[in-house]
Amino acid sequence: MEQKFSGKVWKLPDDVDTDTIIAGRHGVIVDKKEMGSHCLETLRPEFASTVKPGDILVAGKNFGCGSSREMAPESIAVHGVYCIVAKSFARIFFRNAINNGMLLIESEEIPAHCEEGDILTVEVNKQVTVNGKSFPIPKVPQNLFAIIQDGGLVNNTIKRMQQAEKEAM
Amino acid sequence: MGYTLAEKILMKNTGEKHLEPGNIVITHPDAYMMHDIYTSFLKRALNEMGVKKIKHPEKAVMFLDHLMPTNQATTDPEHYRDGIEIVRKYNIPNFHKGEGISHSLMHELRYARPGTVVTATDSHTTTYGGAGCFCTGIGHTEMAAALATDELWMKVPQAIKIVIDGELPQGVYAKDIILKILGDIKSDGGQYKSLEFTGSTVADLSMQARFTIANMALEAGAKCGLFEADEKTAEYYDMDYNEISWIKIDADANYEKILHYQAQELVPQLSCPQGVDNVHPIDEVKGVKINEVYIGSCTNGSLEDMEVAAKILEGKTIAPHLKLVVIPATNHVFKESMKRGYIQTFIKAGGMVTHPCCGLCCGQPYGLMSDGEVVLGTNNRNFIGRMGTKKSLIYLSSPAVAAASALTGVITDPR
Repeated sequence: MEQKFSGKVWKLPDDVDTDTIIAGRHGVIVDKKEMGSHCLETLRPEFASTVKPGDILVAGKNFGCGSSREMAPESIAVHGVYCIVAKSFARIFFRNAINNGMLLIESEEIPAHCEEGDILTVEVNKQVTVNGKSFPIPKVPQNLFAIIQDGGLVNNTIKRMQQAEKEAM
Repeated sequence: MGYTLAEKILMKNTGEKHLEPGNIVITHPDAYMMHDIYTSFLKRALNEMGVKKIKHPEKAVMFLDHLMPTNQATTDPEHYRDGIEIVRKYNIPNFHKGEGISHSLMHELRYARPGTVVTATDSHTTTYGGAGCFCTGIGHTEMAAALATDELWMKVPQAIKIVIDGELPQGVYAKDIILKILGDIKSDGGQYKSLEFTGSTVADLSMQARFTIANMALEAGAKCGLFEADEKTAEYYDMDYNEISWIKIDADANYEKILHYQAQELVPQLSCPQGVDNVHPIDEVKGVKINEVYIGSCTNGSLEDMEVAAKILEGKTIAPHLKLVVIPATNHVFKESMKRGYIQTFIKAGGMVTHPCCGLCCGQPYGLMSDGEVVLGTNNRNFIGRMGTKKSLIYLSSPAVAAASALTGVITDPR
């Protein structure tokens, strides 16, 4: 992940649940691309066909509430969307998104200061700038930042297992 | 210095002498549960990580429950096959196929035990908190990593103490308690937190009623919903109470907030379309016409729930236009309900009884609703489109409200 990047904003409301992000019947589709084509289908039918890699989701409170389905962040990440800003995140979604190498930014202010289509600039662990205004953002804890930097938990675990093997030798 | 239940259980698991909210700890879970929706994804993650064997196969439990018997021929059989493949490849001894709902079986079969840490690839993993078990959901990639390493990081949560005192009025149940709380604290009121339940009402609740409340703590965004251990807990697990008597809230534990409820003031509650925290007392909702009633799920599919519904339906007939689907949560509940005549009562009343599984709750195997149709369920979630099309409507209630409403065809007060 770049230290500084910009993307176009998709604005989403409060309490977007995991069934809304990807319905249960689509979540069982193993092919990630096909599964991702149903992402946010009921809320934003145009999302899956028009979202561009690098776009940024900006949501209200409790984003990703509901089920533990990891297909929710996966169905977003498969479109090349790796950053979500929200007033708050549901806890399992939060873990799952980080495990898929996504950067999640919790901010009360940013969602109130940007609209659909705005360009938002993220400086990791430092600030977010939109519409000429900058907002400080919280630092990601080190153990989680390592997972994001490795591109997700799969690579991070491979590294950890290799490390454990070396230590055992 | 006193501790919350979450702190105590995490200290026991990690061996730490002191923990406080915000600390990040590495736990070694005592049980890992996974189920059929995620088997194909779990297999992929295990393969991508190159996991040849898992650290403790004896701690792992696999269930096939969500997609039983089949919803979509194009996807579901692959999930069964992958579930079986994982069990074989990694020598997982605990495998349950079509025997009931994973969460109900996790405590019925005593996999999830008091004072332990349990994780599962499902959000309603909070259920076993009813027995003082620190249990919380994760995704499939994290499950793969945890199975491979026997490690799972946890942030020690802030906690909210919920004190409920007094006697529940007739016709008011555990489901009404948790719906009332959800309506008050809303869908993010427990986010990342441990909700810890205590008080004289809680002490009087059965184990099944405690599981009902813990199950829905998740709907407030909670990491876990925990109950203290008592003689009832010990009896349910056939354990010596002295082994688990430490699972108690310390008087001087640090709670972010303390909420108080008086049980005698409670009335039947309904979660209304479309959001679990859109909760209204029955007086504001009664009379709404319904097309389908679903009694079951990991929230309210226990033997006690079957009993409550059967007593209301006994010798009566459901409304002529209505579909009633009853799903006992496990084979044990099913067999016991048959022995006691509840199943016969449901059938005589005009209901359909199907085999133990997640059923209508996850909108997978059957019972889907179409535009404008209204379902009243005893399950835990009424997100848009969860049980059918996005224009179908979902109400959630106790089994008593559900059964009384099945008789009239409109939402009805069971009292």
